[in-house]
Amino acid sequence: MAEGLRIPDNLFARIPDAPWIIGRRKSPVGDIPRVGTELVWSDIAGSWKARWGINRMNFTVVPGLYCVGEPDDSSPVLVTANYKMTFDRVRKALSGINAWILVLDTRGINVWCAAGKGTFGTAEVIRRIALAGLSQVVSHRTIILPQLGATGVAAHEVRKQTGFKVIYGPVRVEDISAFMKSGLKATREMRQVQFGIYDRLVLTPVQLTGMFKPLWIIAIVLLFAQITGLFKITGLNAYPYIGAILIGAVVTPVLLPWIPGRAFSWKGWLLGMLWAVVVINGGRYLSQPHGIWISLSTILILPALSAFLALQFTGASTYTSLSGVEKEMKVAMPVIIASTSLGLVTWLVGYLALKGGI
Amino acid sequence: MQLRYLKNVSTLQMNDDKCTGCGICTIVCPHEVLVIEDKKANIIDRDACMECGACALNCPFEAISVKAGVGCAAAIILGKLKNGEPCCGDGGCC
Repeated sequence: MAEGLRIPDNLFARIPDAPWIIGRRKSPVGDIPRVGTELVWSDIAGSWKARWGINRMNFTVVPGLYCVGEPDDSSPVLVTANYKMTFDRVRKALSGINAWILVLDTRGINVWCAAGKGTFGTAEVIRRIALAGLSQVVSHRTIILPQLGATGVAAHEVRKQTGFKVIYGPVRVEDISAFMKSGLKATREMRQVQFGIYDRLVLTPVQLTGMFKPLWIIAIVLLFAQITGLFKITGLNAYPYIGAILIGAVVTPVLLPWIPGRAFSWKGWLLGMLWAVVVINGGRYLSQPHGIWISLSTILILPALSAFLALQFTGASTYTSLSGVEKEMKVAMPVIIASTSLGLVTWLVGYLALKGGI
Repeated sequence: MQLRYLKNVSTLQMNDDKCTGCGICTIVCPHEVLVIEDKKANIIDRDACMECGACALNCPFEAISVKAGVGCAAAIILGKLKNGEPCCGDGGCC
């Protein structure tokens, strides 16, 4: 949880100034901040930093009621998360529209992930409607939620407890203008989650920076050792491992639909195996003394490493189920662990044979 | 290109007796798993289900059940390490 994040939890609390607040609109519950619909350099830089895990958990906006344009008591109310990247996309999509924006406290997490965790949830919607005094700001009783919020929000419960009817808008906020113009009707395309090559690519830095920092530290130490020759270990190169990491965490996610098979670990393993063959051939391992052992360890370790990292991308994907990933892991994890262990043993055998042979 | 995950794994279940055909499940589903046919919701593409749980949560008649969760290997590993259910850490991934 981010420190220093101020959440107004008292009724009709005033939202503090921020660079993206360009004015205040009078309302029965106090001044409502009006936000700009154009993103500036610092907004875009903030998004990129967050993608790479820099200042990620502080990339938030204060929850509460905001507005764009000149909304009145009949203007639509859009509900969103307090992840700043999400909030920015919402206000950008609302250019030329008069609307209220109710920002929930999702602890700086995007709508879908927060809905899965329950922070973008029924209780928070109900609570935030009350805290913002929404029923005094608008005369109608309808709120528009992003469709992906439905994983955490029971629309009928919100209506029962607040009187506000929940309408699920499009998956992507970029469609919100078209959705409102068509009388709050979403097309088939607006209701479906996409996972195109760009969607996959922008999520790969998280794979590299988020959870597997230790792997990177080891790889960089190995590379440093190799370049400086500070401590040289025979038969140990850093580039095969760095390659296997990139293949599992970046190449496999990007090429996902074109790699045969369905299981992520399988896809990663397959590309990792191709890489292992390239490494063995490129390094002429088999023509070296005791090269069979280092070749074997390459084949056992590199594909397993790529498979493990590719498996992690299930979390970023938009179509894997819990039951599916559990099933995949039951097979993949023992294979990955056994293969890696065996690979370490063969590497050690090769290393000792080489030492002993000199 | 349509991405598909493993076959025959989804825990999605529909109780036809409770279903009134209101259609909210077809609105919230991100993968067109359900359609309304003959005034009842029908599962037409079970293998596309990612068990997000939106349909079951939004069904006012409790006609749908699914073991909802996030298909995330890291969460499953973290849950196993903590000896509990799959859970997200503070890793900042999502």
